[in-house]
Amino acid sequence: MKHKHYQQIEEHIYSETLDNGLRVYVLPKQEMAKTYAIFTTNYGSIDQSFVPLGKSETETVPDGIAHFLEHKLFEKEDRDVFQDFSKAGASANAFTSFTKTAYLFSATSKINENLTTLIDFVQDPYFSEASVEKEKGIITQEIKMYDDQPDWRAFFGTIKSLYHHHPVQIDIAGTVESIQEITKDDLYTCYHTFYHPSNMVLFIAGNVDADEIMALIKENQAGKEFAPPSDIERNFPEEPQTVADKEVTVKMPVSVPKALVGIKELEIPEEPEQFMRKEWLTDIILDHLFSRSGVAYERLYETGLIDQSFSSENHLDRNFGFCIVGGNTKEPEKLASLIKQELLDLSADSLTAEHFERIKRKKIGQLLRAMNSLEFIANQYSHYQLLNIDFFDSITWLEELTYDDVTAFLDSWITEDQLSVCMVKGEETER
Amino acid sequence: MDTLEKVIPKNGFDLHLLHTKKFKTIHLSMKFTTKLTRENVTKRALLPYVLQQGTANLPTATKLRQRLDELYGTVLAVDTSKKGEHHILTVRLELANEQYIAGEQNLLDKGIHFLKELLYQPKLEGQGFDPKIVEREKATLQSKIEALKEDKMTLANTRMIEEMCKDEAYHLRVTGYEEDLSAISPEDLYQYFQEILTEDHLDMFVLGDIEELAVEGKVEELVIPRQQAAITNTTLNTVEEQQTIVEYDDISQAKLHFGYRTNITYNDAEYPALHVFNGLFGGFPSSKLFLNVREKNSLAYYAASRIESHKGLMFVFSGIAPGQYQRAKDIILEQMEDMRQGNFTDDALHETIEMTINQLRETLDSPQGMIELHYQRVLAQSTLSPEQLLENVQHVTREQVIEVANQVQLDTTYLLTSKEAKADEA
Repeated sequence: MKHKHYQQIEEHIYSETLDNGLRVYVLPKQEMAKTYAIFTTNYGSIDQSFVPLGKSETETVPDGIAHFLEHKLFEKEDRDVFQDFSKAGASANAFTSFTKTAYLFSATSKINENLTTLIDFVQDPYFSEASVEKEKGIITQEIKMYDDQPDWRAFFGTIKSLYHHHPVQIDIAGTVESIQEITKDDLYTCYHTFYHPSNMVLFIAGNVDADEIMALIKENQAGKEFAPPSDIERNFPEEPQTVADKEVTVKMPVSVPKALVGIKELEIPEEPEQFMRKEWLTDIILDHLFSRSGVAYERLYETGLIDQSFSSENHLDRNFGFCIVGGNTKEPEKLASLIKQELLDLSADSLTAEHFERIKRKKIGQLLRAMNSLEFIANQYSHYQLLNIDFFDSITWLEELTYDDVTAFLDSWITEDQLSVCMVKGEETER
Repeated sequence: MDTLEKVIPKNGFDLHLLHTKKFKTIHLSMKFTTKLTRENVTKRALLPYVLQQGTANLPTATKLRQRLDELYGTVLAVDTSKKGEHHILTVRLELANEQYIAGEQNLLDKGIHFLKELLYQPKLEGQGFDPKIVEREKATLQSKIEALKEDKMTLANTRMIEEMCKDEAYHLRVTGYEEDLSAISPEDLYQYFQEILTEDHLDMFVLGDIEELAVEGKVEELVIPRQQAAITNTTLNTVEEQQTIVEYDDISQAKLHFGYRTNITYNDAEYPALHVFNGLFGGFPSSKLFLNVREKNSLAYYAASRIESHKGLMFVFSGIAPGQYQRAKDIILEQMEDMRQGNFTDDALHETIEMTINQLRETLDSPQGMIELHYQRVLAQSTLSPEQLLENVQHVTREQVIEVANQVQLDTTYLLTSKEAKADEA
C-alpha cells in the first residue's frame, strides 16, 4: 500500500492497484462522523460504439444505455440494493455523466458492511427482460422531468450545436424512443465490457482506518474471478473542427428567454500536466471575463441584459472539451452577440498580471473550501484518476502557473469558428 | 465529532461559537429574523441584491467581488429564507483558514472588516441607497421571480402553500412580489435596513477551527448598539376542510403534491417520532412512497415527502404522467393509510431510525448544515441540541410513529398538469 502526504492541504492518501487492475484510494479523516465511498467506472454516455469484450467487431448500442444500466444495477433477482444500504443505515446513490458512471454511499456506521454491499452489487449484475421493461416507465418520467427544465434544454441545445458527430451531444438519459430499444442482452454487453475492475476506481474518504479498509477490499476482490485485464476499444466518429450549427433555437414555454454561447475546444492534451494546465487556464480566462468579479460581466450587467442566472462553465474531458457562457435575458440575440464579442476581443492587454494573480488566489481559496466536502474530494480525485491525473498534485501546477502562460494560451485559444449560440424562446403564439 | 458549542448572550445579540477541526474554512453567519409580513417581504427579498452591489469604498459590484477574490476567494452570501413564520435575512462569509495558505495572515480580521463595511457603509445617495442600484436590482429580483415559473417542482409547491395557508403568514413568497416592487424607494429600503440592523432578533454564528482566534472580541465590532428582540411565534392551524386544486401549465410532466398538517414542531415531544414517520413514509429511497409509486408501479422518477420543522407541515412531491393522476393519488394516499394502520415492519422502523440518525450526523459534517441545525433550535426557543435530538430519535417507538401518523392531517391536494390534460377532460 502506497502512502502519500500532501503537505499544504494536510491530507493523506493510501492507495493500491490490485491484481485485477482495480485502483483503490483511501483518505482517512477522523474528525468527520461520516464516510463516503464512490465506485466509478470509466464509462459514460459517450461510449456507445465499442468492441464488446470477447468480440472483434464494433457494435453500437442505443442512446442512454449507460444511464439505464446505472438504474438497473441496483435491482437484483430477489431485492433492491437500496434496501441493503437502508438496512445498514446508509444512503446510496449513483450518477451517469458523459464519461463516467459512479455508485456511492455515505454512512456514519457499519462502514465495512456498506462498503462490501457497494462493491458486491456493482460487481454482480442481474438483468431480466421484465425488470428492463419496468424501468422504461421510470426513466421516461426522468426524461420528461428534464424536458420541462429550460436550463437543461439550453445546455444540451448548446452541445448539440457544437458537435456534428461526437456522442457527447446525446442526452445522457437517451430519449423516450431510444430507451425502448434497450434489451437485457445490451445491458450485459455493456456491463462486461466496461465494468472490469481495471476500468474502475474505488475511493473511500472519511472516518476510516486505511489498513483495515484496504485489507477488506483486497480480501473481497481475491474471492472473485475476472477476465484478464485488456484494453477496451472505443470508437468515436471523426469530428470536424468547425461547429455543427452557428445558431440554434429551442422553442419551449419560458417566461424569460435564454442565450448560451458554446465554445468548442479543438485540442485535448493527453499529457496530464498539459491537460490540467489547459483546464485551469481556461477557468482563469472565463473567470476573468464572466465571474461576478469579471470585466465582461460588469459590462453586460450594466446593459441590463443579464441577471443572476448568468454563468460560465468549462468541461474538459477524455476526448472532448467545451465551455458554455450565458443565462436568462430579454434579448437573446443581442446578449449572444455581446458574449461572442467579449470572447473574440479578449487579449493580453485586458487581462493584466494583477488580474491573473487575484484570480489564482481565488482559485486556491475555492479549492480549499471545496475540500470541506468528502464528496468533492472523492469525486474529483476519481474523475482525474481516470484521466491519469493526481488531483492533489495538480494543485501545485495551478500555483506554478505564470502570467506568461496565460498570455501565451490566450493567443491561440479561440477563433470565431469555434463558437455557437443556443437560444431558448417561447413560442410566438404564446403572447 | 468533537464540536464545542458555546452560546454567549452579548449586548444586543446572541453569539454562537462552534469550534471544530472538521473544516479548512472559517464561517461567519449573521442571521436577522423577524415576523414574516407582506409589508416587508419584498423589501427583505430586494436587500440582498442591493447590498452586494457595492459599498462606499468599493462602489461597484465588480470592485466588491474583486476584494473578495483577493481574500482568497472568500464567499459572501446574502439571502432570505423562511422557517415557520420567521423571515430570516442571512449575511454569510466563508473564509479560508489561513493555516493552509503559505504566508497569509489576518485573513479573518480582513473578512470581518469587509463585512462591517458591507453592513454599515453601504453605497448611499442622500438618505437612501444609490437609486440606480435599487432600480437595477429591482429588475434582477423581478427576473428571479419570473424564473420561478420555470422550476415546476418549486412552482407547484409554492402554489400549494399559497392555497393551503391562504390566511396564514406562511403563505408569503420569500422571493417577494412583483407588484410591490415599484412602491419601494431607495430611502424606504435604507430605512428598513436600519430597522433590521437594530430591531430584528440577531444571532451570530462563528464556526471552524477557532479556539485560538479570539473570535469573541473580534466580532463585537460587527454589531452596533441594539436591543435583542424576542423571537416571534408561529401560529399552527388545524384542517377545517380538505381541498383539491388543479392548475394547468405548458408541461409534459405533471406535478402531484400534497400538503399535510402535522402540527408538530421542533420543540414538541413528538418531533423525533415525526422524523422517523417521515423516513418510513417518504423521506428515503427505502420509504413507502418511493417503493410503491416508483419501484412497484413505475409511475414516477421521484416521489418523496419532506417535513417543515417550525410550522408543522409535511409536503409530498411526485412527478407523473398527466394521465396517471388518479392512480398515483390512490397509491400515495394508500401509503399514508398503511402508516396509520401501523403496516410497517420492526426492521423497517429500526432501519429508518438508523438512516435518520445517519442523515442528521451527516448534516453536522458540513459547515452550513451545522449552523442550520443549531439555528433550528434557536428559532424554536428550545434547549434541545442537535446531539440530543439524535439521541431522542434513537428511542422512537412503533407506537409513537403510529400516533404521529394519525395526527397528520391532509389539507390540500395540488395538481399542476398539462394543458392537453385539460383538453382531454373537456
